[in-house]
Amino acid sequence: MTTMTLEHTTLEVDAEGYLQKPEQWTRAIGEAIAREMGVTMTDRHWVVCDFMRERFLSTGAAPSIRSLGKDSGVPIKELYQLFPKGPAKMASRIAGIPKPHGCI
Amino acid sequence: MDKVSIIISKGSLEGVYPGLILANGARMEGIEVNLFFTFFGMDAINKAKYEHLKVATVGNPGLGIPTMVGGLPGMSALVTHQMEKKMEALDIPPIPEFVTMIADSGAKLYACKASVDMFDLERSNFIDEVEAIITVGDFYRMADGGQIIFT
Repeated sequence: MTTMTLEHTTLEVDAEGYLQKPEQWTRAIGEAIAREMGVTMTDRHWVVCDFMRERFLSTGAAPSIRSLGKDSGVPIKELYQLFPKGPAKMASRIAGIPKPHGCI
Repeated sequence: MDKVSIIISKGSLEGVYPGLILANGARMEGIEVNLFFTFFGMDAINKAKYEHLKVATVGNPGLGIPTMVGGLPGMSALVTHQMEKKMEALDIPPIPEFVTMIADSGAKLYACKASVDMFDLERSNFIDEVEAIITVGDFYRMADGGQIIFT
């Protein structure tokens, strides 16, 4: 098992740095992960990350990019401006949930 | 991988989706994408046609429908309808929505000049998301330094 220490907490992560225990996550940890990825979090970034986290915690799966664009309140174009290296991937890592597995 | 250029050359539903899924998936990984539509693949960006793409029920052995049955009137519409229902359940968007989604994600869409000339089409036949009508040479220049996938 891989661990990583952020904000004085030892976190269980996978090889790519995704938290394996969403309950270990705090907003400060999310900010720290974002900083590591070179993302400066704004309110709009948080809209996406909060949506992903809530969806994961309530359904057990991260939303598809289609659902992210339709239901999060942030349209696809803006999603890619906020997270240029892949919105679903980046936002789920910041939101402290496992990497999404779908193809869409 | 930093860049991929995907060619879509077929106009059936099952001919178009793989290229679109590859393009969308590449953008989701942060990979730069060029999508080049050629021959009947251009139907996927043709305003008059892209809502009406059908599964090929004749000459498509993987489907398991005998050719003579596949050729019956309404067969293609029926199988297309069934496949669309299944896709919706899997959260795979219909072609028009998918193409817009991919363009919004920053992928660049192009139509093939040779095919446009052959089918007597022009810019106005295509959806607004299409960047330009380009030649094969333009395509290779654009694809330079990345991978090319033909579908």
